Amino acid sequence: MIKLIGLVPLFPLIGFLINGFFGKKMSKSLSGGIACVSVLASFVVAVLAFLELQHSANKSHVIELFSWINSDTLKIPFSLLFDPLSSIFLLIITGIGFLIHIYSTGYMHDDDGFSRFFTYLNLFVFFMLLLVLGNNYLVMFVGWEGVGLCSYLLIGFWFKNTAFNNAARKAFVMNRIGDLGFLMGIILIFVTYGSISYGEVFAKAGTGGTAVVTSIALLLFIGAIGKSAQIPLYTWLPDAMAGPTPVSALIHAATMVTAGIYMVVRSNVFYSISEVASETVAVVGIATALFAATIGLLQNDIKKILAYSTVSQLGLMFLGLGVGAYSSSVFHVTTHAFFKALLFLGAGSVIHAMGGEQDVRKMGGLKGKIKITYITMLLGTIAISGIPPFSGFFSKDEILAHVYEHNKILWFLGMVTSMLTAFYMFRMLFLTFFGNFRGTHEQEHHLHESPKSMTVPLMVLAGLSVVGGLIGLPEFWGQHNWIGEYLSPIILRPDPSILSHETEWTLMGLAVLAAGVVIYFAHAMFITNDVLPENNEEKLKPWQKLIANKYYVDELYNAVVTKPLDIISSFFHKFMDLQVVDGIVNSTGKAVTGIGSVVRLLQTGNIGFYIVSMVLGVVLILLFTFII
Amino acid sequence: MLNGISINYYLLLSTVLFIIGAVGVMARRNSIIIFMCIELMLNAVNLMLVSFSTLHNDPKGQVFVFFIMAVAASEVAVGLAILTMIYRNIKHIDTDLLTNLKN
Amino acid sequence: MLSALLIFLPLVASLMVFMIKGNAARNFALGAAVAEFVLAVFVYCQFKMGNHYQDLTMNNIWVKSLNIHFSIGIDGMSLLMVLLTTFLVPLIILSSFTTAYEKPNAFYGLILFMQMALVGVFTSNDGFLFYVFWELALIPIYFICLLWGGENRGKITFKFFVYTLLGSLFMLVGLIYLYSHTGYGSGLKSWAVQDLYNAGRSMNESQQSAVFWMIFVAFAIKMPVFPFHTWQPDTYVTSPTSGTMLLSGIMLKMGTFGLIKWLLPIVPLALTKWGGTAITLSVFGIVYASCIAIVQKDFKRLIAYSSIAHVGLISAGILSANQQGVQGALIQMMSHGVNVVGLFLIADILMRHTGTRDSDKLGGLRNMNGQFAVLFLIILLGAVALPLTNGFVGEFLLIGGVYQYDAWMAGFAGLTVILGAVYMLRSYQNIMLGEKNVNVGAFGPLATSDKVVLITICAVVIAFGVYPKPLNDLAEPAVKMLLNNMK
Repeated sequence: MIKLIGLVPLFPLIGFLINGFFGKKMSKSLSGGIACVSVLASFVVAVLAFLELQHSANKSHVIELFSWINSDTLKIPFSLLFDPLSSIFLLIITGIGFLIHIYSTGYMHDDDGFSRFFTYLNLFVFFMLLLVLGNNYLVMFVGWEGVGLCSYLLIGFWFKNTAFNNAARKAFVMNRIGDLGFLMGIILIFVTYGSISYGEVFAKAGTGGTAVVTSIALLLFIGAIGKSAQIPLYTWLPDAMAGPTPVSALIHAATMVTAGIYMVVRSNVFYSISEVASETVAVVGIATALFAATIGLLQNDIKKILAYSTVSQLGLMFLGLGVGAYSSSVFHVTTHAFFKALLFLGAGSVIHAMGGEQDVRKMGGLKGKIKITYITMLLGTIAISGIPPFSGFFSKDEILAHVYEHNKILWFLGMVTSMLTAFYMFRMLFLTFFGNFRGTHEQEHHLHESPKSMTVPLMVLAGLSVVGGLIGLPEFWGQHNWIGEYLSPIILRPDPSILSHETEWTLMGLAVLAAGVVIYFAHAMFITNDVLPENNEEKLKPWQKLIANKYYVDELYNAVVTKPLDIISSFFHKFMDLQVVDGIVNSTGKAVTGIGSVVRLLQTGNIGFYIVSMVLGVVLILLFTFII
Repeated sequence: MLNGISINYYLLLSTVLFIIGAVGVMARRNSIIIFMCIELMLNAVNLMLVSFSTLHNDPKGQVFVFFIMAVAASEVAVGLAILTMIYRNIKHIDTDLLTNLKN
Repeated sequence: MLSALLIFLPLVASLMVFMIKGNAARNFALGAAVAEFVLAVFVYCQFKMGNHYQDLTMNNIWVKSLNIHFSIGIDGMSLLMVLLTTFLVPLIILSSFTTAYEKPNAFYGLILFMQMALVGVFTSNDGFLFYVFWELALIPIYFICLLWGGENRGKITFKFFVYTLLGSLFMLVGLIYLYSHTGYGSGLKSWAVQDLYNAGRSMNESQQSAVFWMIFVAFAIKMPVFPFHTWQPDTYVTSPTSGTMLLSGIMLKMGTFGLIKWLLPIVPLALTKWGGTAITLSVFGIVYASCIAIVQKDFKRLIAYSSIAHVGLISAGILSANQQGVQGALIQMMSHGVNVVGLFLIADILMRHTGTRDSDKLGGLRNMNGQFAVLFLIILLGAVALPLTNGFVGEFLLIGGVYQYDAWMAGFAGLTVILGAVYMLRSYQNIMLGEKNVNVGAFGPLATSDKVVLITICAVVIAFGVYPKPLNDLAEPAVKMLLNNMK
C-alpha cells in the first residue's frame, strides 16, 4: 500500500472534481456521499499503509510522481514521502476528515450551497494531504497555500455576508504574510544546500553555519506563525469562525492550523541546531498560549471561546517544540484534534439546536434537551482540561514535564495557561448546559437533538478523546510510549525525560490538583452562585473591558498597518504618480510645446524678413570665416 | 587680362550688380521688381562665371552659364505665371499682402 | 523557411482581411490566427525533434551596403514567445466577437499585422531587423487605440506613441553605436546578434554604460518599469479591450524579451555597475504599483497597475542575470501574458454586462452567475501566484533569482505576494461577493465566445501550474546557453 500512497490525496481530488463539475446536477445525498466515500477511501489506504509501515524496516518511503520545476541545479520533483510523521498526520486528516464529512451531511443539509461545500471540503483534504505528504519544501508549500485558499473559500462560504467575506480575506492575507516568510525560507534553504528535498537538506543541515540555520528556522517559523495563528498573526483565527462549524472543526482546529507544528517537527533538524530559533519558538508559543487563554475567559460566542482555546493550545504545542519535545507536541496535536474537533462539532450541534444562536448568554439548561451533545461535550471538556485518564491529560502533561526540565518559569506559565483553559472551558460548559434556559420561547420550542449523521461522529470523537492518550502513556508508568518511539527516526535529537519519577509524579499531581481546584471554582461561580456574564459592556471593570475587547489588537493593527497602507497607497497614487512622475513626463511635453510656441514667432511669413535674415546669415558666416 | 581689361573690373561690376540685386530683393515689395532683381543677381553670377572661364581658358564655366540661363528662363515663365495668378486673385502684387497661409 | 512562414502568414492574412468587407473579416482573421497557432505548434514539434537549423533559420542579405541581413531564427526563448503570441492572438480575436467594431476589416487587419511584427521581433537575429519590427509593432497598435479607443483617446494615444518612440530612438542610437564597434578583426561591420554581443563586450565600462542606459530606457518604457510607466494605465484603460490585451499580453513582452536577448549579453560590465540601480527601480516599482492598485476602483486600471508590479518582478529577475531569475522571467512572461488577457476580458465582460467597471457600483454578481465567478477566481488565483497555478512557478523562480542577487531586495520584491492578495481579493470581493448591488441590473449568462476564451485560459492556468515542464524544457537550456555566452 505504501507504493500507492499517491492514492490518498488522489481520492479527495477526484471527489473534488466530480462535485465541482457535476455537483449542481446531483442530488444532495449523492454529492455528499461521493465526498464522504472519497475521504473514507483515503482513510482506508492510509490505515493500510500505516500498518505496512509498522512492519517495514525502512521507515521512510519516497514516491516520485513527476519532475516539476527544473532550473539548472535546482531540481524540484513532485514527490511524496511516507514516514512515521506523515503517517500520523495522514490518519488524523483522513480519519477526522471523514467524521467531519459525515457530520457535514447533516449539518449542511438545508443549505443551498451543499455540493459547493463538499467541493471545497474535498479540495481542502487534498491540499492538506499534499502538505503532509510532500517530500520537499515546495510541495509542502503547495499544500500550505492550497489549504489557505480552501480556508478562504470556506470562511467566506456564505458569500453574501460582507463581514464573513472580510474575515475570509483577512485570513488569507495574514496567512500570506506568513507564507512570504516560508517562501524566503525555502529559497534560503535552496541557496544554502542546493536542494529542497528533506533527505538531502537534513543530511547537510549542519554544514550551513549556525547563523544561516537560524535564519532558515526563523523564516520557516514565520510561516508557522501565520498558519498556526500565533502572536502576532493570530487575529484571523477567531474571525475565521465565520465559516460553517464543521469547517471550524476540521480546518481551524484539527488539521490546517496544526500545519505549523508539522512543519517545525519536520524541520526539527534546524531547530535542534539553532538555540536562538528554538527559544523564539518557545517564547512565542507560551506568550500566545497565555494571551489567548486570557481572552478566552470573557468571550461569549461559543465558537470564539473555542477559537481562542485553539490558539492557546497551539501556543502550548509550540512551547513543546521550543523545548525540543517534538514527539510530545505531535502527541498533543493528535489528542487536540480529537477533543477540539469534538468540541467544535458539539458546539455546532448546540448551534443547530438553538437555531443559529451562538451566544452562551442566551443558552443554558440544555443538558436535558440534547443529551448526546451534552455528554460528548462534557467528555471533550474534561479531556481538554487535563483530567486523567482522558487523552488531553497525557499529552499536556508530557509537554509540561519537558518544559519543566528546561525552564521553570515557562513551566509555571504553562501551568497557569492550563488552569485558565480548564476555567474557560468549564465556564462555557456550565453556561451552555446548566442553569435555566435564557433564550426565546421560540428557540426553546425548537430545541432538538441533532440527526444521527451528526451525533455518531460526536460519539466516535468522544471515544477517541477518552482513550486517545493510550498512544503516549508516560514512560515512568512503566509503559511503552508508543508515539515517542514511533517518531524517533525523524527527530534529530529525541528528548527522553530525565526527570526523576518523584518529580514527575509531583508535577502530575500538581496539574490534576490545579485543574480540580479551577473546576471547583468555576462550578461555584457559575452553578452555585449562578453568575452570568454581563450584557452591558459599560458595566464591565476596566480590565474586563480590555479582555473582552481582545486587548484592542485588531484596532491596533488597523491603526498601525491597514490605515497607513491605505494612506501610503493614496499618497503614491494621487501625489507621486499623478503629480510627480507623470508631472515630469507631461511637463517635458509641455516644455517642448512652450519652446515651440516661442520659436514659432520667428516664422513671420514675411518674405522680406526671410530674405534679410538670410543675407544677414550669409554675411555673418562670411565674417566668421574671415575673422577666424 | 581679358581683352586688355583687368579681371578686377569684371569682378567689381559683377559684385555691384549682385549687391544691387540683393538690396532690391530686400527693400522692394513689388513682386515684379523683386523678380527683376533676382534676375540681376543671376546675371551677376553669370558674368563672373564667363569671366573666369575665359581667364582660365576652361569652357566648363560657360556651359554652366547656359544651364543657368535655361533655368532662369523657365523660372521666369513659371514665376510670371504665378504672379499673374496672384494678381488675378488679390488685384495686387505686393508681397506683404500674401498672408493667407499665416493663420 | 518555416520561421519566415511564421512572419509572412499573418502579413498576407492581414492584407487579405483589409480587403474583406463586413463581419466575414473577423471570421477570416480568426481562421488565420488559428492557422498561425497550428503552424507555431508544428514549429515547436520540429524544434523538439531536434530540427534546429535547416528549417527554422533563415539568413538573406537585405541591404548590402550596411550589411543588414534578413536573419531570423528560432531558439528556446523565441519559440516560447512565438507560442505565446500565436496562442493569444486567436483568443484576443475571439474575445472581441461580442463587440461590434466599426470597420472590422481594418481592425482585424491591424491585429494580424501586429502579430506579424511581434513574431518578427521575437525571431529576428539581426539588430537592424529587430529595430524595424520593433517599430512596425507600434504602428498598428497606435491606430487600434486611436481609432477604436474610448474617452480622451487622442491625447492619451499621442502620449503613448511619443513616449515609446522616444525610447525606441534611444535604442536606435545605442544599436548604431554598437554597430560602429563591430568588425574589429575583419573590418566588416555587421548587425548580426552575435557580432553585436562581441562588439558590446569589446567596449570599456563607460561605453557599455552608455549603451546599457540607451537600450534599457527603450525596454523600460515598453514594459513599463517605474518611473517610465505613466503612459501605461491611461493607455490600457482607454484602448479597446483587444488593444489592451495586445499591449499587456504580448507587446509588454517585447521589452522583457529584449532585455534578455538584446541587452544582458551585450553589456556585462555595465550590468555589474548599473544592474543594482535598475533592479532597485524595478523592485520599488513592484511595491509602488501594488500599493496604487490597492486604491483603484476601476478594475481595468487595477489590472494595469498590477501589470506594472508583475513586470517589475520580471525585470528584476532578468537583471539579476542568473539561471533562476532569467528562466523564471521567461515562465512568468508566459503566464502573465495568458492571465492578463483573461483579466482584461473579465473587465470587458463586466463593462458589457453591467455598464461599469467601478467596484463601488458593483457587487454580488456571484449571486447571478456562479460560473463566471469560478472562472474569474481561477484566473485571479493565477495572478496572485497560488501554487499549482501557472503564476507560481515563475514567481518562485524569480524571487529565488533576485534572492541570489540580494536577499533584502528579494524580501522587498516578495511583498508582491502579500499586496497582490490584498488588492486582488479586495476587488474580487467588491465586485463578485456580498449582496447584489442595487445599481446592477441582471447579469445574464456569458456569451459562448467569452466562455470559450475564459475556459481555455483557466485550463492553461492550471495545466502549466501543475505541469510546467514543457515550458521549462524550452527555457532552461536556452537560458543556460545565454548565460554561458555572457561569461
